[in-house]
Amino acid sequence: MNRREALSSVAVLLGGTIIGAEAFLSGCKLSDKKTAGTLDFSKENIAFLDEVGETILPATASSPGAKEARIGEFMKTIVTDCYEDGDHKTFMEGIGKLNEASKAKYSKDFMELAPTEKHDLLVILDKEAKDYQKAKKAEDPNHYFHLMKQLTLWGFFTSEPGATKALRYIAVPGHYDGCVPYKKGDKAWAT
Amino acid sequence: MPGDTLHINNRAEEQQRYDAIVIGSGISGGWAAKELTGQGLKTLMLERGRNFEHVKDYHSASMNPWDFAHRGSETVQQRKDRPVISRGWGASEPIMDYWADEKDCPYTEIKPFNWWRSYQLGGRSILWGRQSYRWSDLDFEANKKDGWAIDWPIRYRDLAPWYDHVEKHIGVSGSMEGLPQLPDGHFLPPMDMTCVEKVVAERIKAHFKGARRMIIGRSANLTVPIAGRTRCQFRNRCWEGCPYGGYFSTQSSTLPPALATGKLTVRPFSIVTKILYDKYSRKAKGVEVLDSQTHKTYEFNAKVIFVNASALNSAWVLMNSATDLWPEGLGSSSGELGHNVMDHHYNLGASGIMEGFEDSYYYGRRPNGIYIPRFANLFGDRRAYLRGFGYQGGGNREDWSRDIAELSVGAQLKEALTEPGAWSVGIGGFGELLPYHENKISLDKNRRDKWGLPVLSMDAEIKENEYKMRKDIVSEAIAMLEAAGVQQVKGHDKGHQVGDGIHEMGTARMGRDPKTSVLNEHNQVWDAKNVFVTDGACMVSSACQNPSLTYMALTARAAAYAVDQLKKGNI
Repeated sequence: MNRREALSSVAVLLGGTIIGAEAFLSGCKLSDKKTAGTLDFSKENIAFLDEVGETILPATASSPGAKEARIGEFMKTIVTDCYEDGDHKTFMEGIGKLNEASKAKYSKDFMELAPTEKHDLLVILDKEAKDYQKAKKAEDPNHYFHLMKQLTLWGFFTSEPGATKALRYIAVPGHYDGCVPYKKGDKAWAT
Repeated sequence: MPGDTLHINNRAEEQQRYDAIVIGSGISGGWAAKELTGQGLKTLMLERGRNFEHVKDYHSASMNPWDFAHRGSETVQQRKDRPVISRGWGASEPIMDYWADEKDCPYTEIKPFNWWRSYQLGGRSILWGRQSYRWSDLDFEANKKDGWAIDWPIRYRDLAPWYDHVEKHIGVSGSMEGLPQLPDGHFLPPMDMTCVEKVVAERIKAHFKGARRMIIGRSANLTVPIAGRTRCQFRNRCWEGCPYGGYFSTQSSTLPPALATGKLTVRPFSIVTKILYDKYSRKAKGVEVLDSQTHKTYEFNAKVIFVNASALNSAWVLMNSATDLWPEGLGSSSGELGHNVMDHHYNLGASGIMEGFEDSYYYGRRPNGIYIPRFANLFGDRRAYLRGFGYQGGGNREDWSRDIAELSVGAQLKEALTEPGAWSVGIGGFGELLPYHENKISLDKNRRDKWGLPVLSMDAEIKENEYKMRKDIVSEAIAMLEAAGVQQVKGHDKGHQVGDGIHEMGTARMGRDPKTSVLNEHNQVWDAKNVFVTDGACMVSSACQNPSLTYMALTARAAAYAVDQLKKGNI
């Protein structure tokens, strides 16, 4: 880890060496314009996003899922405070688009789907988002599901349940050992 | 902690007299205060920003990742408030207000310049990267051998005892390597390399037959406790301020002994607007201070003045100290004040994946990486450009933020991300920029800051020698990683704007001749011998090593000389 990478990973408290907040907020440009449209994070929308998050990172036998990390509230905070206009619009419209995709495939609202249906739908949307992000020009808007998935991963693995139960977190390691044994199944460090 | 007994003098009386005044409280200012008070001088340290107390003011340092509303990310509002900092990697939720207020303190960019400023007690000593490397005579002799700019007035032997002095006090962890281009010092035990770094280091050494080496970084983090400071706890959150005093900062290292002498007064919110020059004694008699809160002006007098406001602001203070004798500022008689702006190459390197080694990991968060010392244009190696570069980097396992293309959503994705990923190895270059007279800063008298003071105008760029070196930094990074068995190696160069290296230097250079330099071999302003400039402004060339350790050594050396000259009645 070079000095600046070290600092930037401290900065976002992700402990990671690759991606900082910048990558999660990709496409953001400085703008003095007022927020376009309204940021409607109703209770229903928070519940909807909790469900999307839980489908991306579900509770398993070994650890809780994104819902326990209150991922909908996290998305609200980041989208409201850290996203710029373009991603605001993409994200808010994405809530509707995701539900439309659900209706098109299952003739039901996303919230009405069975867990396996939710999973299958998001697999399709994930593929669509990956293909879109790969092909898009830098100035094109992001795909809404790309944002939702990034926020879910970021919000979950830096949350208390994510960092301490899905990963290993030690606030004060006390010493450093550069080379310790690892066996498959051992959890990664949270930071 | 000793820092809790800070003498804050907010109601200083006009005409107050000190033996010494130190302008600035960062890495070099802290050292000046420590050395001068240590020799019994009644010293006033002036800091333009707020007070910032050790431990007490490190407000985020013990928070968990989930305690941050934005998990460390800066907000839109923070980006708007600090657009320069937001251009780079320094924008971050917990430390955003450690950076200077960009609305109150604007500057003009004739050419793009990324200026990273911290206006609070301790300055950038809180935020710095802590990499601490000695220079060698290959650096001090470089200008002379190349015939570029002017010769350094000192050599390694002049600075070596002061490197010793500084390292013993601040604590630098590192390994003894016996490399002529990177002299060993008084090191605390080195930090460990990761398993993959050890392998890469061995392979580079073997492939290049010892001509290139990868060593553990030399970092001003304590691997054993010294002088009332706890050793590094390997949290890797230094720049939020360390509650353990685990790394060097003014607050952890130089301020406590300075305060313990009872000779130090620290005055925050004190913008030094000019150094007051007395043309009859041909010395400075003191400084004029604008209280940034009350907007009142004060005069403080002293026998000796240390200018440690950081390279560009130290030049600003000198330039703003114009008199009818020197309309371009104190120390401007050579025509070099504000010129020869340097920095280091940054934003380029290479990275890839080391396959295998899945049975190894690491414990703790090391606030340090590896270092590859300079090899270009050394020991028979010849390039199509002057000078050289080093690399910093590391090899770590990827975390949950890695992209797993073949996994979509659901339990499988989550389970995969709860385990560490492949080993990623990356190195980034830090390279030498040549001093060019035409790379300069000046006072923009058409633009004023919040206090009505003229702002700095930046006019500096990299040139042909630098562009050639940048290409080479990337291609050599790729070549070395590939030679070490790293796969999928990709080079990168995100471009450089002066300032990106955060190693500003050269605006009041030392020299042997008052016609071509601002300072003499003791960092004294030729035109006012009781004024010393010992921060990055004094540098004659930039070398490629991180410069802070050298600023500290130069400061300690100059302070000892100043005390000696005071005793002898020469200044």
